[in-house]
Amino acid sequence: MKKLPRHMMKVLVGAMALTLLLSGCGNQAGGTPKTGQTKSVEKLTFDFPVAVAGPLAQDMTQLVNEFNQANPDIHVTPVFSGDYGTTMTKVQTGFKSGNAPDVAVLLSTDMNTLLDNHLILPINGFAASQKDQKWLNSFYPAFMANSTLNGTTYGIPFQRSTLLLYYNKNEFQKAGLNPNTPPKTWSELVADGKALTKAGQWGLEIPTSGLTYWEFQPFAIENGQNVVGDAANKVYFDQPKVVQALQFFADLSLKDKIEPPGLIGWATAPDDFASGKAAMIYHSSGSLTQILKTAKFPVGVAMLPGNVRPGTPTGGGNLYVINTKNKAREKAAFKFVKWMSSPEVAAKWAIETGYIGTSPPVYETAQMKEYLQKTPQGDVARQQLQYAAKELATHDGQEIQQILSTACQKVLTQNVKPLEALTAAQNQADALLSKFKD
Amino acid sequence: MPSSTGQKGQKKRGGKSGRAGLRAALLLAPSALILLIFTLWPMVVAVYHSLFLSDNAHPVPVFAGLANFTALGRDPVFVQVMRNTVLFIVGTVPVSMLIAMVLAVALNRRYRLTPFFRLALFHPVVLPMVSAASIWLFMYTPDYGIVDKVLALFGGPQINWLGEPGTALSAIMLMTIWKQVGYFMIFYLAGLQNIGQDPYEAAAVDGAGPVKAFRSITVPLLMPTSLFVFIIAMVDAFQMIDQLYVMTQGGPSNGTNMLLYYIYQQAFAFSNLGKASALSVILIVILLVVAVLQTLADKRVHYES
Repeated sequence: MKKLPRHMMKVLVGAMALTLLLSGCGNQAGGTPKTGQTKSVEKLTFDFPVAVAGPLAQDMTQLVNEFNQANPDIHVTPVFSGDYGTTMTKVQTGFKSGNAPDVAVLLSTDMNTLLDNHLILPINGFAASQKDQKWLNSFYPAFMANSTLNGTTYGIPFQRSTLLLYYNKNEFQKAGLNPNTPPKTWSELVADGKALTKAGQWGLEIPTSGLTYWEFQPFAIENGQNVVGDAANKVYFDQPKVVQALQFFADLSLKDKIEPPGLIGWATAPDDFASGKAAMIYHSSGSLTQILKTAKFPVGVAMLPGNVRPGTPTGGGNLYVINTKNKAREKAAFKFVKWMSSPEVAAKWAIETGYIGTSPPVYETAQMKEYLQKTPQGDVARQQLQYAAKELATHDGQEIQQILSTACQKVLTQNVKPLEALTAAQNQADALLSKFKD
Repeated sequence: MPSSTGQKGQKKRGGKSGRAGLRAALLLAPSALILLIFTLWPMVVAVYHSLFLSDNAHPVPVFAGLANFTALGRDPVFVQVMRNTVLFIVGTVPVSMLIAMVLAVALNRRYRLTPFFRLALFHPVVLPMVSAASIWLFMYTPDYGIVDKVLALFGGPQINWLGEPGTALSAIMLMTIWKQVGYFMIFYLAGLQNIGQDPYEAAAVDGAGPVKAFRSITVPLLMPTSLFVFIIAMVDAFQMIDQLYVMTQGGPSNGTNMLLYYIYQQAFAFSNLGKASALSVILIVILLVVAVLQTLADKRVHYES
């Protein structure tokens, strides 16, 4: 007797869950009280994701507590909100229902999407004093490429990274290579990779599953043509130099056979490196602490090998001031952002996480100097910053990133020629971006 | 589980007196309300949103009629997603049903180890899908995952199961079959309890062997259960997403992207609510068609009445 209603229910419940999900009713922002202005204390909420290993949510709470103690007129409540994806969803749905946080750490590449939805405020508007201007201009230019649009700054670099080459010094020695001269050019990368490839060990692993565009981007930059420029509505996927770069990138596994065939997982590469399955890997500078901890051999850290020039995209998250339409809270949010990105705090966060210090003054602090003395590998990413370029970020950025990733994966696994894959990707991207005037 | 008699009974009682009708309405009101608020209303909202362009280029939604639907027709990823979904259903539903039925028949007898095997086969069902997917992700790891290790013992090739478009979808299907067979088996076991021993004894007297008995008695008398399992399997297949999120994120090159994951991607990664709503409407229509087919078929597969 129960049969019919039960499956009808199941169908309907499924449809329900789905539509509920879409209508965004499922999201409640933080649950911290911020309505009702208290006399003198501005109550702010601060949403942040944790994207690297370690007890970082606790470290963040500690940092925020320090701020609260130093600023009795502001009280910030940190809200750990999952990874970058869930934090972004939470901020967007919260904004639609009037429950957005005041400050959030979100991907630097989401800046255009945040702007298109009128979710964030220009930082320049707050930085009135000369001191503030000096602070605004203190960050590494490579990080600002993904934080500004048409000369206006919308995000403050907070937890930023680049790609790095990690290599096993013992295996270099065994293969007759000098463990202190990692490959500096594409041809050296292939030659060293061939020397290091043997039964049970690949010469090189570059993660390629998921968002492949980030690991492919260095090759395009190094070949002299980044896949994106300053404009937010234009990409350069089908440029000859990008096509050539993709050919080289794919050949590493298809022709040179120094990489395993098929796609390599983001988390698989460091595991394979630690267990000796891969002698060199490309990975985020943010993985440095974890890789040094798990490897039982001397780990070399180097800049990515270049071609016509060295290069890497940046990555990671910025601090954003959310458009809450409450002037007093927005001003307090700016103060908090300024504090979070000050040299001492940024140094503490960089050491704790492995992210790169966001400005030169960070490296002038005593604790950073002490840290680099103990862990000189931590300085490679900073040195590489002078060659770093803009990460792929446009309007509809996540979809554009997906389009380029899919093109890369087609070449890597389906025998599609780079020109064909990239031309199709360019057309798809152009169609999407044609909706945006600038 | 004769559903037809239940329906008839209700109909009679409903017509008898107004008071009984009122009581029935009151009893039904809470579930009706929940159904209305959380099921029917969101469906209406989804249909409404599907008629608007609502994405990063249109932060304020713009009415566009059926533009979202016609755009889907030109979307190569959507075509691929639908193809993957159909392949997935064809590859998992019949196989899972057959395995579940055979296992149920085997475990319907009482041997000493029967409880152990029942437990062993049911245990994947109890595992949360996310944990199961994480375990399988590790098992499918090239070189040192257990699948490749076992293959290597027999001199087999090392395969990057989830990293190649040729194998990724099959790898996900295999994992899904493993996960759901135990669940379906329980329904078949219940169905077998209802058949009883009489038909088999009669068949044995007539000289039918076990294979003949399975084909001519077990399979037809399990038809109502099969229909039920089929519907559950279909609905589950259309709604599967956890495995994709954990194991492939729809890759490589959209080779494992399926309808619900694509909806999720459009809504939350690409913030394209219009397109996501249009896709949801398509999913709802498909699920409704499945439900209607089931109601129609339900009347024809019962042997008892």
